[in-house]
Amino acid sequence: MQHEYEVVIVGGGGAGLMAALYASKGAKTAVLSKLYPVRSHTGTAQGGVGAALGSEEDDRPEWHTFDTVKGSDYLGDQDAIEFMCKQAVDTVYELEHMGLPFNRTPEGRIAQRPFGGHTNNETGKPVRRAAYAADRTGHMILQTLYQQCIKNNVTFFDEFQVLDLLVRDGVACGVVAVELATGELHTFHAKAVIFTTGGWGRVWEITSNAHSYTGDGVAVTMRRGIPAEDMEFFQFHPTGIYRMGILITEGVRGEGGVLINDEGERFMERYAPTVKDLASRDVVSRAMYLEMREGRGIGGQRYLYLDVRPETVNKYAQIDGRTFPDGSPYRVTAADILAKLPDIIDFCRTYMDVDPVMQPMPVQPTAHYAMGGVPTDMHGHVVIDEENKIMPGLYAAGEVACVSVHGANRLGTNSLLDIVVFGKEAGIRAAEYAQGVDFTPLPEDPQGYVREQLEALRSADGTEVAANIRREMQVAMFDHVSVFRTEEGMQEALEKIRELKDRFRHVRAGDPGHIFNTDVLEAWELGCMLDIAEVTAVSALARKESRGAHAREDFPKRDDKRWLKHTLAYLDRKGVSLRYKPVTITRFKPKERTY
Amino acid sequence: MEVTLRILRYNPETDKKPHYETYTVEAEPNDQVLDLLNRVKWYQDGTLSYRRSCAHGICGSDAMRINGVNRLACKVLVKDVGTKITVEPILGLPVIKDLIVDMEPFFEHYRSVMPYLVNDDPPPQRERLQTPEQRARFDDTTKCILCAACTTSCPSFWASGEYVGPAAIVQAHRFIFDSRDQAGPERLKILNNRMGIWRCHDIYNCTDACPREIEVTKAVGEVKMAIATGKIE
Repeated sequence: MQHEYEVVIVGGGGAGLMAALYASKGAKTAVLSKLYPVRSHTGTAQGGVGAALGSEEDDRPEWHTFDTVKGSDYLGDQDAIEFMCKQAVDTVYELEHMGLPFNRTPEGRIAQRPFGGHTNNETGKPVRRAAYAADRTGHMILQTLYQQCIKNNVTFFDEFQVLDLLVRDGVACGVVAVELATGELHTFHAKAVIFTTGGWGRVWEITSNAHSYTGDGVAVTMRRGIPAEDMEFFQFHPTGIYRMGILITEGVRGEGGVLINDEGERFMERYAPTVKDLASRDVVSRAMYLEMREGRGIGGQRYLYLDVRPETVNKYAQIDGRTFPDGSPYRVTAADILAKLPDIIDFCRTYMDVDPVMQPMPVQPTAHYAMGGVPTDMHGHVVIDEENKIMPGLYAAGEVACVSVHGANRLGTNSLLDIVVFGKEAGIRAAEYAQGVDFTPLPEDPQGYVREQLEALRSADGTEVAANIRREMQVAMFDHVSVFRTEEGMQEALEKIRELKDRFRHVRAGDPGHIFNTDVLEAWELGCMLDIAEVTAVSALARKESRGAHAREDFPKRDDKRWLKHTLAYLDRKGVSLRYKPVTITRFKPKERTY
Repeated sequence: MEVTLRILRYNPETDKKPHYETYTVEAEPNDQVLDLLNRVKWYQDGTLSYRRSCAHGICGSDAMRINGVNRLACKVLVKDVGTKITVEPILGLPVIKDLIVDMEPFFEHYRSVMPYLVNDDPPPQRERLQTPEQRARFDDTTKCILCAACTTSCPSFWASGEYVGPAAIVQAHRFIFDSRDQAGPERLKILNNRMGIWRCHDIYNCTDACPREIEVTKAVGEVKMAIATGKIE
């Protein structure tokens, strides 16, 4: 079946819905999601959305800008970061006007809490910048944007999974999607396509990410010759539930929780003397690995404690001299913790039989967020080479995109900010573009490549099982391309991935049917992840320095002279080739990064 | 340990009617029922179909009947339900395949209650002010993830799919009691009809089914009271 829309948005999470709200004002728009939009991964974000509202204390967008540049380990593009942090204030108010139920201060303003890496630039102390709705801020953003889409009659194709991007003469002109309920292929002819498909944490064994976070958008665009930028930078969030990886928000530490090792020591003081447990995520995850390597994991095991019991919080708040905005000493009760972190407490009770107001939580770093992705400029245009050449008609926003505002390490709360600011920008720009151009004719046999891929998964000899290959990939990536990296380890992982790619050709989906054939689609997603794993390992091997989330034991220092540049990885039948492009530096010259 | 999973299967491409199939899988007490379904799908029978995404009770994809009650498969652990587990699709919505039901009638009810903030005053430059108490008034119903566990546990909904159902009422409640909203009376009017809120007979299945621990029956009661008294407070 064929459809025609001026703007087609692929992905129904926060970035996609924000893009849809704006694109649909000026162009005939459709949103395609492989889920129901309200199932999207945005909904699992917990702690807050960053904006220098100054509801609770002095704060400024310029401080937010500098913190983000520093957090990125100077790999973020400073013009884009400045744009995002300025837009943040109005955009968060806009969410409030849409109905988002933020927590409130006693004065009725949007409540804000401290988060890792966000500081008052004059004192260096943590600043309350994360606007929040309990510990379900992402859920409330997703719900609110979906509500607004209903109010504004946005057109949705729910449970349509996009498997290919259509390009003709260098211009994006549509996508091919499978309708899950029937198995039928649909061609969507479009003037502009916006990818908002999110990340790919499922490449790793322990992850906070949803099963559906398989990187389809990056894989599909790479297969059409579009590079992937900075793929070696993947964030490990310090606090995932031990073995399960489920996210425990940094907001726990924002509310005063601390990390504790087997000796009962609050070890972050040694690694980040000024902000301690609220250092940025790469710093905290590395500190945790070092503690565990030194045998100070709890009982010598691969986890540490995150302690938010009121007595612990109050003890360290007193030591740190922490105060409430009115200057009185910071004190919490069990009821305060329950009110501000209800979902975290529910997760711990459900999955671990741990009650966080009575017991510390066992945590370990968990694969969490892709800083890299489809290269874009700050208006959402996809750019395809080192000169930032735009591919007409193609846009990307949110986690799938690499603007780059997160550089080598993202600050907490900047992902929810990214999706609303750049989702909106991409939506506006795509609609403007669509109004000024005609439809580019579709290429011949637009569904051919998708049919070929699905046919291969239905007709292979079946000597390999997708789940085994997926498992082996996840283990190899978690062991060797994670918090700390070495040449040998990454080489081993890369060889493993290449072996798995060969074996993948023998995978046959066990379900021969058409209706909701999630078996064939899971296998197809595995193919996406294998491509992503390969590109990640190749990009990481090449970068011989340590920066942000890419920490090499054999090259422990940042090397601005050789490596202050973005990686562009191109995938073709022969493998991966790398090119590089400069980082945009405006106001902040790179300097040493300490917390 | 070994767990026996009895799953109600139906594939419209091959089956005339639904039937049970039984699988045996290895499990740990802390495994989610979703983990067991994955184990069956990945290693025993790829045709088994169900929805899932976040796997920790937030996305709302995997509501199903587990040992006869509505639960999210990712929020029920083996140690909670024992080693003999029966899994069936939620009731009251047409089954498409295995554990996957047609959610469209559910979302149609959701859309019918104006599930969005209505406020036609020009917004201020900054936020609309709201006190913590005003915000707390509707906190419970903001937790809803639209998983349909409540609506499809409701005997009134089983009796008639035209009944708007508890999830839609919860969504209406979330806006009716939001101090910033102006369309409360309109929503009350929508719910005050033959297939509206009066089909609720306080059976409490919905409250038991809610994986987010929303006090669904209480929220429905507050909306009923608002209709009866004409006062939103």
